Amino acid sequence: MEINENDVSSRMEEHSISIKINGKQITLKTQPWVSLLDLLRERLNLTGTKKGCDHGQCGACTVLIDGKRINSCLTFAIMYDQASVTTIEGLADEQLHPLQQAFIDHDALQCGYCTPGQICSAAGLLMEGNAHNREDVKELMSGNLCRCGAYTNIVDAIMVVKEGKNDSF
Amino acid sequence: MSLDKRYFGKSISRTDGHAKVTGEAKYAAEFNVPDLLYGYIINSTITKGEIKRINTEKAAALKGVIKVFTHENRDSTAWLNLKYADMDAPPGIPFKPLHDKKIKYNGQPIALVVADSFELARYAATIVEIEYDIEGHHTDLQRNLDQARAPKKGLASFFKPGPPKPKGDSNRAFENAAFKASGKFIHGMEHHNPMEMFASTVVYENGGKLIIYDKTQGAVNTQLYVANVFGKAFKNVRVISPYVGGAFGAALRPQHQLFLAVMASLDLKRSVRVSMNRHQMFSFGHRPATVQTTRFGADRAGKIQSLYHQAIGETSRFEDYSETVVNWANMIYPSENVKLDYKLVPLDVASPMDMRAPGGATGLHPIECTIDELAHKAGIDPVEFRLINYSSLDDSSGKPYSSKELKECFRQGGEKFGWDKRNPHPRSMQRDGKLIGWGMAVGIWEAFHLPARAEARIEIGGKLIVSSATADIGTGTYTIMAQIAADCMGMDVNNVEFRLGDTDMPLAPIQGGSFTAASVGMAVQAACIGLQGKLLRQAKKFKPDIFHNAKPEDIEFAGESLRIKGTASNMIPLKDIVASTGQKEIQSRKTGVPKAFKQRKYTRCAHSAVFVEVEVDEDFGLVKVTRIVNAVAAGKIINPKTARSQILGGMVWGISKALREESILDHRFGRIINSSLAEYHIPVNADINDLEVIFVDEDDSIVNDLQIKGIGEIGIVGVPPAISNAIFHATGKRIYDLPITLDKVMSK
Repeated sequence: MEINENDVSSRMEEHSISIKINGKQITLKTQPWVSLLDLLRERLNLTGTKKGCDHGQCGACTVLIDGKRINSCLTFAIMYDQASVTTIEGLADEQLHPLQQAFIDHDALQCGYCTPGQICSAAGLLMEGNAHNREDVKELMSGNLCRCGAYTNIVDAIMVVKEGKNDSF
Repeated sequence: MSLDKRYFGKSISRTDGHAKVTGEAKYAAEFNVPDLLYGYIINSTITKGEIKRINTEKAAALKGVIKVFTHENRDSTAWLNLKYADMDAPPGIPFKPLHDKKIKYNGQPIALVVADSFELARYAATIVEIEYDIEGHHTDLQRNLDQARAPKKGLASFFKPGPPKPKGDSNRAFENAAFKASGKFIHGMEHHNPMEMFASTVVYENGGKLIIYDKTQGAVNTQLYVANVFGKAFKNVRVISPYVGGAFGAALRPQHQLFLAVMASLDLKRSVRVSMNRHQMFSFGHRPATVQTTRFGADRAGKIQSLYHQAIGETSRFEDYSETVVNWANMIYPSENVKLDYKLVPLDVASPMDMRAPGGATGLHPIECTIDELAHKAGIDPVEFRLINYSSLDDSSGKPYSSKELKECFRQGGEKFGWDKRNPHPRSMQRDGKLIGWGMAVGIWEAFHLPARAEARIEIGGKLIVSSATADIGTGTYTIMAQIAADCMGMDVNNVEFRLGDTDMPLAPIQGGSFTAASVGMAVQAACIGLQGKLLRQAKKFKPDIFHNAKPEDIEFAGESLRIKGTASNMIPLKDIVASTGQKEIQSRKTGVPKAFKQRKYTRCAHSAVFVEVEVDEDFGLVKVTRIVNAVAAGKIINPKTARSQILGGMVWGISKALREESILDHRFGRIINSSLAEYHIPVNADINDLEVIFVDEDDSIVNDLQIKGIGEIGIVGVPPAISNAIFHATGKRIYDLPITLDKVMSK
């Protein structure tokens, strides 16, 4: 590839990475300027992960990397060679994940656009083990905006899973 | 044929819930097709003037950049301004993207870079060089109030009537009133900011047919716009929009990413996606900034004698966006002396747009705060004051309300809240060293019913498919329409599927104004009744021994069957009726027509009573809304579970409007300076505390046969004034301007 110092795009060579996504190991080529979010949505057709701001301000793009919740818009795909990524599409196995079912039961969604991020974030939150009560959950879920205003129902849904399934997290 | 209400009025989980929690629900930017091109929008960085030179050479030379579109090289589109008017266009000339070199507002789209990847298009956009001739601009409403004039009239005036004629002598009555309250209220500009950013994926098919996945509150509106602007036949423009990631009015009009994506697709004969970024979500419609003045007077007994309410709103230089801001006071409170005034100031900004409860959310705040002040001055409890001035007539028109259970809202809401324990004196209630305030306000919103069409069809497998080209922007349309259809046909709701958001489906109006549940609901009922008729006719042929003499009143639909009323054996399964035709399905398409003649004699509105508790830390100016009880009377509620969520959302919006959100312009540059979700503050989870919704039962046979009034807007309107009034009760200080940020609470 011809390198032109003034042209950033000419330096965007593709690099090979091996990444486990929703339990499936895949090898693919990606340019350094591709965010993890755009890799998922535009190249792998995993559109369950949403783009709400592309600036780490809304949480709609939350995914789990090796069990930890992160904003996939704020990080480059190329950094995740050998990592394990779980998106909303990989949360359920045969049955819905308890959080997914609780979100339906408590109507913790309206337009549904922030929902995958909320659920992935809640899964990460429960694994972190830092939320001990309703107030903690509210605080620790405040990185995920919901413009429809489903917040109280979101907390209801998370509390049910947290209290019912404490051992599994 | 009776409607057995097995599902109507029952809480069932959202039928689209599974698709949304698993990520299967696809939004406009998520329909991936082979060889898709990506467009990236370039916006003007000046507010007014002309593009002197636009140099796209460097960007266009990059490998992978397909084309850079500007006003200089785009293909021509329709000549007539009228062709650009969508279904929600206000009077004036709609904004036309890349039309010419003129800049009309800051952030205006001026070029589109199309490349084979999103990243490349975004990068290439940064190296397009633009030079401008800058002209002076005016974006500050408060400095241009002397330019205020009456709004132009147009088609939109039907939904947004101007103020009624003055009555009596409001000035003199005010001067003579025993108690007076007045105020000047300033509201900033707000942007809808749905979580999903605007996007259009335009799929170019052989022969030039377009399939457009668009973020819209009306697929048919997008189709109309594209067909008119680009001179395409309707049959060659199919618009699909099954899921909309929030809209709140922003998607009532086609936004410029649609124009740009279609333009590029037709020019390149390729499939193109254009998505906005969050900064660009501030580059089109918004809730206009307003300056409002009120002067209300009451006699010794607390009876209102005079109402004066003026609102001056901002609009663009090219369209007269107007809303119903000042009409409400005399609809709620009778008065013999009334003067209401509404004016616009054109500025160098994008045209404002309907945003959740347009006009109502703006006007109710000054009205209900002034009423609160009047009650305070008269020494009368705010609820009692409103009961003294209660009427089941709409005094502004003299018409009776079709129903009005507001009194019951006061009673149930007040009881739940514990309003009787309120100490009436400001600054009298404290907790943990913080001031506590209890405030309340009334909400009102009109119940509209528009014509809409729907199709109902029974398939040979026994499934009922009902469809209409409406939308579900998170409101629950999918779910409630399935409930209505299941009841009509006596079927299990799991055997019913409601489909929407596709121009191949029967015509429905754009989704807004709280009118979808009623309008599409009545269309669904009409289609189902049509289907019942067809099923009966076929049953008579197929099973004459049972149905030969059966009249519509003799039969019922239950248990996925048609049967003679009150019998279990004289029946036939619906799928057997379908099978007997030798066809795959039986279908019926019908229009739900409003009973305009009956409706016209009444004013039809939903009402609410909102009770709020705030906790104020005066040292830091912090206001925490600790609880809200919102008692809503809005006819019959189809699904209390999804309806409650919608009201909760409205309450969060009310908190946001009262305390958080505002698009702040730097008037030196005419530019919004907080165009991101980090700086445009909306509530986060930790900001929201106890929210309670009460649905007060209401009978209303006037609004429509299903007795639906709609609840999209009623949840928000009363909340900002109730919060303001609670802050007054806590602090003894009236803060007139929204949002009530900490500096305003701290200022002496």
